[in-house]
Amino acid sequence: MKKIVCVIVACAMLIALAALPVSCKRNDTVANLEGDYTGLEGTSLYIVNWGEYISDGSEGTLDIIKAFEKTTGINVTYDDSTPSNEAMYAKLKSGAVAVDIVIPSDYMIQRMIKEDMLQKIDTSKIPNYKYILDEYKNLYFDPQNEYSVPYNVGMVGVIYNKTMVEGTPDSWNLLWDSKYTNNILSFSNPRDAFATAQFLLGQDVNNTDKALWDAAAEKLKEQTPVLQSRVMDEVFNKMEGGNAAVAPYYAGDYLLMKSINDDLEFFYPKEGTNIFVDSMCIPKSARNYEAALMFINFMLENEVALANAEYLCYASAHSGVVNNPDYSFKDNEILYPDSEHKPKTQYFYDLDPEIRSYYEKLWEGIVR
Amino acid sequence: MKKLTKVFVNSPYVVWSALFVIVPLFIVIYYAFTDANGAFTFDNIVALKDYGHNFRISIGYSLIATIITLIIGYPVAYELSKAPPKTQKIQMMLVMLPMWMNLLIRTYTWMNILDNNGILNKILSLLGLGPVTFLGTPGAVIFGMVYNYLPYMILPIYTVMAKMDDSLLEAARDLGCNGFNVWRRLILPLSIPGVISGITMVFVPSVSTFYISQKLGGGKIMLIGDTIERQMQSNYNYHLGASLSLVLMVIILVSMFIMNRFSDGAGEGGMVA
Amino acid sequence: MRIANKIIKWHVYVFLYLPLVIMIFFSFNSAKSTSVFEGFSLKWYGELFSSSDTLEALRNTMILAIASAFIATVLGTLAALGIYMVRNKIYKQSMLSVTNIPLMNPDIVTGVSLMLLFVFVGRALGFSQYLNFWTLLIAHVTFNLPYVILNVLPKLNQTDKSLFEAAQDLGAPPPRAFFMVVLPQIVPGIISGAIMAFTLSLDDFVISYYTSSGFQTLPLKIYSMTKKVVKPDMYALSSLIFLVVLVLLLGSNIFQMRAENKTSRVLRKEQKARKKSKEIAV
Repeated sequence: MKKIVCVIVACAMLIALAALPVSCKRNDTVANLEGDYTGLEGTSLYIVNWGEYISDGSEGTLDIIKAFEKTTGINVTYDDSTPSNEAMYAKLKSGAVAVDIVIPSDYMIQRMIKEDMLQKIDTSKIPNYKYILDEYKNLYFDPQNEYSVPYNVGMVGVIYNKTMVEGTPDSWNLLWDSKYTNNILSFSNPRDAFATAQFLLGQDVNNTDKALWDAAAEKLKEQTPVLQSRVMDEVFNKMEGGNAAVAPYYAGDYLLMKSINDDLEFFYPKEGTNIFVDSMCIPKSARNYEAALMFINFMLENEVALANAEYLCYASAHSGVVNNPDYSFKDNEILYPDSEHKPKTQYFYDLDPEIRSYYEKLWEGIVR
Repeated sequence: MKKLTKVFVNSPYVVWSALFVIVPLFIVIYYAFTDANGAFTFDNIVALKDYGHNFRISIGYSLIATIITLIIGYPVAYELSKAPPKTQKIQMMLVMLPMWMNLLIRTYTWMNILDNNGILNKILSLLGLGPVTFLGTPGAVIFGMVYNYLPYMILPIYTVMAKMDDSLLEAARDLGCNGFNVWRRLILPLSIPGVISGITMVFVPSVSTFYISQKLGGGKIMLIGDTIERQMQSNYNYHLGASLSLVLMVIILVSMFIMNRFSDGAGEGGMVA
Repeated sequence: MRIANKIIKWHVYVFLYLPLVIMIFFSFNSAKSTSVFEGFSLKWYGELFSSSDTLEALRNTMILAIASAFIATVLGTLAALGIYMVRNKIYKQSMLSVTNIPLMNPDIVTGVSLMLLFVFVGRALGFSQYLNFWTLLIAHVTFNLPYVILNVLPKLNQTDKSLFEAAQDLGAPPPRAFFMVVLPQIVPGIISGAIMAFTLSLDDFVISYYTSSGFQTLPLKIYSMTKKVVKPDMYALSSLIFLVVLVLLLGSNIFQMRAENKTSRVLRKEQKARKKSKEIAV
């Protein structure tokens, strides 16, 4: 009898915990909204995005998803568990989930368009589209701006801990340096990982020569003994905590890590690096097209775009943000390098299935 | 008892287990032997040869972990069974309590402790013993297995030992047996069922884990669980994932069979909360 | 030998509790890190209560655990009853073996096999989404059932059949006889089975990982958190859950000990009384 009472009491405590109303400390209100967010209350929206890729209200920042839910009355399922473009593609292809908004990178968008996986986005229904900078319109993967709306712009570089690394490195070969064995991290997704080797070998990252890909795979296999781990978001804890010395990663994330650990430095490798644009798309399987449009418009609100840019520390494609004098990264030399310091960059293009399955097979052989 | 009543009472469970226990196993076999277009193929089985290394290290590391937990757990279980009855329950609870901490957090915390700049290495540096790389080594993965499943070895052995009749042991000593022989001829054979149970409860989760190797193996140590996880959740190659799972099932069945040969008679039913 | 044993035992305790202590310690960290302690602060517990997705995950986990424990308990009790009632040895053996399958199979095999079942059926029926709360619930009930059955069945085997027959002789129809005579005897088994199912559901990660999509439970949330930046709020949450479980277990143990003490006190009193009456008699 007493045992039952104990169980019930414990359950009650846990349920009470769960039912606690959300404290009003939460920053989930946007003041000056330009768009119309009525009419879709009670409907649902499923968003697939990268991890740590939206302002989520921690430490007083704007909780964009909650703000969106509050403004529109729409129920959002925010899925940030997919760690790579390939996984996003596979998720949509498998049909395991019906996704309304997905935010992949440029080359994956190119593939999804080719395979007819995306819906056309009626930008006339997105008034805030006017804020997108011209330099991010009509890009190679979506020349008519029909299927995507830019979310973020970024470049890959190398982060290193200046107390653990000698001198001022400037080349990709830092990631192969046996002096730092077991202190080097690399990407856990094949495209980014292969690119590090391809840039070092002077290859075009979009080449279709199998022999070149073999050479890149060999280079990656050479790296395995000095690698500590292959990571994506785990890199934050590793670099901030001083558990690794070197890691390739995205410029915006470097700025975040730097604010936690001041020993971290950054460089764009002289051999060249990857530039990318992540954009919001609406898959064909979307069940709530209108809500998806509403979400995109919401993300392009001045206040929301600024909050996201401040939180993520990535470069923004939003004119209201980059021209805003209060924007803390305005003219930041890492995010917006001037012509003198601009690195050599290449966009990833979508490669045709034959080459793709070839390098995926090579990758499986490397990580197995 | 009316036949109708029996049918009525039994059918829900029969239907449920047929649908959700038996059928899924056949579906795994189906996926293992077909390709993306549904055509019959042996490709997925042939592909398994590339994963021999992963199978070997999975079985190897979990065997080592099982042996370690046995070596550590057996004396601890014995100690516990000899403790004053009043404290036995509390001590048993103390042993099981860490299992109530979520597996993910338990493992993640060890990852933090063992990291290059983690607590353990910080202490070692202070002592001048220099930072040691723990993570990404087989040792770390085996350590993780031992940590997570040690209580599952201690519990069944303790249960069996606690039930042992003290008067038997006293009688043996009275008849002239020394300590070692009392153990070898009396305690050991009687504790075998507990040992078998413990071995099973450590080996099965160890050989099939992916989380422990993911966190403590630094992504360099790929156990079977990791390869299955990668096929199912990243590559979406359900067919290869299914054939890998099939082999894992066979490994488990074989080890169950071996264990059964060692234990006497029917296993005990009745698991107590 | 005994000393060696004792040393091992205490080492084991330290080893087992080290992460626990560290987890609780760092849950009070004033900094964002889980490896560098900067100062004492309660802010992560505060963040917990205002973090709606963590609370939502907790609520989801509770709903799932209660629902699956309930269904598994009803279905499992029925199943145990069914196995008990049938005389056919072959049927009994095969049902018991089937019950053992989810127990013996590693979680990943149970999870993957169920996931493939749902994908297969989903594709065949043309769904656009194969995994959701219901697939997760089915999976949880499936792995909970054996525990309920293996808790109820022994109790059933221990019941006195003659009582049941006596009740029927006295005029009660079989269902009524069951509820009034058999059920009370097996209730302890049903309850321990239900508690076991509930706690297994609460803590399950692997099976949920393969059979859920979008419906996030606490273990799933913790998993995605450990893949990224881990902040002490996760430690705060785990410390709280751990505290609740500790209170539960300690409480039930203390009550049990009190009950035992009570019975032993009563027994001793009776013994004394009997002794006294003997003395008087003599």
